[in-house]
Amino acid sequence: MSEGQTESARSAEPQSIPFWHDPTKRALVYQALALGLVLMLGYYLFAITQANLRRQSIATGFSFISREAGFEIGEPTISYSSADTYARALVVGILNTLKVSLVGIILTIILGTLVGVARLSSNWLVSRIAAGYIEVLQNIPVLLQLFFWYAVFHDSLPGPRQSLNPVTGFFLNNRGFYFPLPVAHPAYARMGIALVIACVASYLLGRWARKRQEQTGQSFPLWSVSAGMVITLPLITWLISGAPTALNIPSLSGFNFEGGLSVSPEFAAILLGLVLYTSAFVAEVVRAGIQAISRGQTEAAMSIGLKPNHVLTLIILPQALRVIIPPLTSQMLNLTKNSSLAVAIGYPDLVSVANTTINQTGQAIEGVAIIMVVYLFFSLVTSAFMNWYNKKMALVER
Amino acid sequence: MEVLVQPATTEEVKPPVTSVGVIGWIRANLFNSPLNSIITLLVLFCLYLVVPPFIKWAFVDCLWSSTGQECKATDGACWSVVTKNLRFMLFGFYPWDQQWRPVVSIGILIGLFYYTRDRRHWKKRLGYIWVAGIVIMGVLMHGGILGLPEVETTQWSGICLTLLLSLFGLTAAYPLGVILALGRRSRMPAIKSLSVVYIELIRGVPLISMLFMSSVMFPLFLPEGVTVDKILRAQVAIIMFTAAYIAEVVRGGLQGITRGQYEAAESLGLDYYLTMRLIILPQALKIVIPPSVGILISAFKDTSLVVIIGLFDLMKTTQVTLANPEWMGFSTEAFLFIAILYFMGCFSMTNFSRDLERQLGT
Repeated sequence: MSEGQTESARSAEPQSIPFWHDPTKRALVYQALALGLVLMLGYYLFAITQANLRRQSIATGFSFISREAGFEIGEPTISYSSADTYARALVVGILNTLKVSLVGIILTIILGTLVGVARLSSNWLVSRIAAGYIEVLQNIPVLLQLFFWYAVFHDSLPGPRQSLNPVTGFFLNNRGFYFPLPVAHPAYARMGIALVIACVASYLLGRWARKRQEQTGQSFPLWSVSAGMVITLPLITWLISGAPTALNIPSLSGFNFEGGLSVSPEFAAILLGLVLYTSAFVAEVVRAGIQAISRGQTEAAMSIGLKPNHVLTLIILPQALRVIIPPLTSQMLNLTKNSSLAVAIGYPDLVSVANTTINQTGQAIEGVAIIMVVYLFFSLVTSAFMNWYNKKMALVER
Repeated sequence: MEVLVQPATTEEVKPPVTSVGVIGWIRANLFNSPLNSIITLLVLFCLYLVVPPFIKWAFVDCLWSSTGQECKATDGACWSVVTKNLRFMLFGFYPWDQQWRPVVSIGILIGLFYYTRDRRHWKKRLGYIWVAGIVIMGVLMHGGILGLPEVETTQWSGICLTLLLSLFGLTAAYPLGVILALGRRSRMPAIKSLSVVYIELIRGVPLISMLFMSSVMFPLFLPEGVTVDKILRAQVAIIMFTAAYIAEVVRGGLQGITRGQYEAAESLGLDYYLTMRLIILPQALKIVIPPSVGILISAFKDTSLVVIIGLFDLMKTTQVTLANPEWMGFSTEAFLFIAILYFMGCFSMTNFSRDLERQLGT
């Protein structure tokens, strides 16, 4: 570690020392050696790989992605058929990965927070059950959990003809879960627009309320007004548009169900497995975050006369979130990376589609590169968000 | 004026029976507020719905050693799938009459961990004991000398493969991780950026992509005529992957060493190598012992992924067992069994790392 500091002192008398005793020059030699080694290794691998590929007459380059894929994908998010290109198949895979990750992240945060709070409950029974949940799920490999849930959904549920029917319109069988879905109606599109308008209005209202509070000191019941808007505006739109209530109820036709919304056992298994596993880690993060706030903070806030909900939103949450968000983000990233295990139970995510592509084209390097680049992109976006958040939330010290 | 007079005899008043003992504990911990009382009752009701049927399924209506046909006729758990296939699930294709060797090896391993638990044994000797233990286990498992028949690593399967991949993976990845961590803290820009790129690249991708790389890409990297065993390739992928995570843990330890330590070492005239070996690393590595156990736990759990590239680890032998028509459909019981095995392994290591954290005061 001494190279940098002694540099200026030594450079005053360059003639008197041989270059192998001069830390600056020695550092240059080391770096040149390291870079040279890496480049040589890279070149060596490149040359061998080129020779191997030529010998096995495997094509190189990404031209294959515009060829016809020729394989089906179980549950495409966008329209896809086996006549489409590899590029489209890979996009379907990426969208499936994103779908399972996004739904998983939302459910994990909700469940993890609940379990983390339960872990701190004064109720002995609740806190012990939460502790058991955390210990058991953290210490069993996530892949085993995925296999377990897939086996439960796939082996233990009856076939389509003997479907379980717990509530009218809901069917559970080993081909998937089927829910009723409202019949398409222009009212639903309008409700979506109303929801967006309500959200934008809430955002603007929030900015106005903050400015007014800074200027006059008067607070505004922002949360209740926003929540009211977000709920009532779409509801009113629905009523005005004629209040459609028709439902598309799934029904048995032939060997399978048609209509309604269906969730495949693969999707259900990967979602449940990832959510249960990651939520155990999130619960620990949430618990640590809450425990990091000393009791004095709550007492001080109450003694200056803040209402309980203000104590929570103005004092506790901003400090707890500063502790919680960084490890939480890394858990979310873990969930996204673990969603690659979908390949083991046959859910068509990116890794699964890329694997099929590799098997069909033999272009292993390109296939693995695509997987790595996509996941690296997710990681980089996440860490960019983290840096932005840390900068925003960092303690401003005098 | 009233005069307070101490009564002649003071009778000791016991607290009411409802606030001490079992009743007091129940009141304080389960029924201390109306909301908590409701929650307690709800939880008890849910437990009542779940636990008795589970016990009935797992321990009352169960079959412990029967054929698959008998199992299909009963409603209870079919533990026979485990008991009848236990040796295949645990040791896979390891020669049937030689399976005492992995059993003894696992015994040695547990003994080593048990011995390491006690901090009084933490001397230089412990390192030698571990090296000796690992060598003995390797010789015992591989054989070929001392009259033991040779068993190729391709035949190591089941729990042997799981332990081989995770233990050897961590041991080999540790030096690499330390070098990477030092590289990341280096002042030489080229070395620093090489280390950063390696660490972030590996940490950004899932392990499964590394394993795919090992199974479909590595063969392309080898000169004509050279082949490397599939297990070794997966082992290299796991080492490369684990090293990046170890590097980040060790970097945390290095950051915990105050500047004064570096300056003191410099003022003694130690060069970089001696500073690191004698002053910095002994302190930094001590800090990172508990998180390193954490990495061992995740390496142990992550080795289960090799099932995806078709290696016969504990998970694969279980799947093969379940593919047998006689035992098809009893996956719940089989998966529960290996879940318990994994849980026992991980949970004891978790407790070990918690003890360490408390003792080392980190």
